[in-house]
Amino acid sequence: MRSLIDIKELSTAEIDELITVSKDIIANPVKYSEKCRGKKLATLFYEPSTRTRLSFEAAMYELGGNVLGFASSDNSSASKGESVADTVRVVSGYADIIAMRHPKEGAPLVASMHSLVPIINAGDGGHNHPTQTLADLLTINREKGRFDNLTVGLCGDLKFGRTVHSLIGAMSRYDNVKFVLISPEELRIPGYIKKEILDRGNIDYVETRSLEDAVPELDILYMTRVQRERFFNEDDYIRLKDTYILNSGKLAKAKKDLSILHPLPRVNEISVEIDNDPRACYFEQTLNGKYIRMALILKLLGVE
Amino acid sequence: MIVNPIKNGVVLDHIHAGGAMSIYKALNLDKLGCQVAIIKNAESEKMGKKDILKICEPIDINFDVIGYLDPGITVSIIKDGKVAERKHLELPEKVEGIIKCSNPRCISSVEQELPSVFKLTDREKRVYRCIYCESKFKSQGDIK
Repeated sequence: MRSLIDIKELSTAEIDELITVSKDIIANPVKYSEKCRGKKLATLFYEPSTRTRLSFEAAMYELGGNVLGFASSDNSSASKGESVADTVRVVSGYADIIAMRHPKEGAPLVASMHSLVPIINAGDGGHNHPTQTLADLLTINREKGRFDNLTVGLCGDLKFGRTVHSLIGAMSRYDNVKFVLISPEELRIPGYIKKEILDRGNIDYVETRSLEDAVPELDILYMTRVQRERFFNEDDYIRLKDTYILNSGKLAKAKKDLSILHPLPRVNEISVEIDNDPRACYFEQTLNGKYIRMALILKLLGVE
Repeated sequence: MIVNPIKNGVVLDHIHAGGAMSIYKALNLDKLGCQVAIIKNAESEKMGKKDILKICEPIDINFDVIGYLDPGITVSIIKDGKVAERKHLELPEKVEGIIKCSNPRCISSVEQELPSVFKLTDREKRVYRCIYCESKFKSQGDIK
């Protein structure tokens, strides 16, 4: 039995396989519509989420399966003080696979240690969110047709942004990928990411504070939100939240085939005027999240 | 100062000077009823000064604990006045129940009876990370 807690657990071949299956699902949805008939997905969401939970649920329904679960800890036995280990022991008797979101880092790993069925980490605090990274990768692959020879700009909160760290790790596996890391001083990429991934892999990267200067060379621009919940100090959040706002003026010198991604939700870091720009991919990205979750559910359940 | 050789027991040698008491506490030697000698600042050719612990009773040693606290320690098991076994320690790959995670966002801060487990991620720099949240272990103050 296999779980997915961290994107690093997937080999490059496995990621490529998930991309291939996702594309086949997109091309032939009917072929997959009964693959999980009789199977149940439990969504254990201890904190609110719109896209991730609904996307998991839609993914299971489109595979012909069923869904049960809860959408916040207030509606679960966690509010009575039940441990993650106990909850998972119980739920793994009711479901064939579990997607878990939890505010505490490492909770899905604890779940996987006690579960009788596969656990998918659907986000654990600021730590890991592997299916978001898979959605990002599918979007890049569908937009560009490749993962190599790309200049990838990452903009905003590069310090606390878990999706940024995972995406750098995943894209670093491919040849000739250059990163442009755009952030205010206080939200720069952590030293261990630079040291353990970029420097160790001899990956080309630059750090800059200017989005305008960086834009012309980018193939991918990955925007992120400055997340209030990651700050202990409200003043720091207010000071930094509006540092980068992408609008049509800032895109004036961008490539015609630039792809703009964002894990969503956005607050104001991408102006709504960009939504109709053909280079905006962030709503396709959420759709891709559903397809790659379908592929992942099939893989972890061992459904051919 | 002379401390007599022991007949049966354990000698922990090459403890860095000043470190004997933390080893004493970590191994719960205060719970033993036998004689225990704590020798501080003994002269050492290699180390200048060192600490030594002599325990006059065969005991089970948690090598992970002392390997983590001081990987330079030499452990000698003494039987009938002779060294039956000598072990040079190294940093353990995994330490369990010795240190605790200080990250308030870690599941180990709330989950009932979750064992505290750290993995060695950088032997050269002696970096241990919590297996749950991957936070780096920061200070000896977090020793359980």
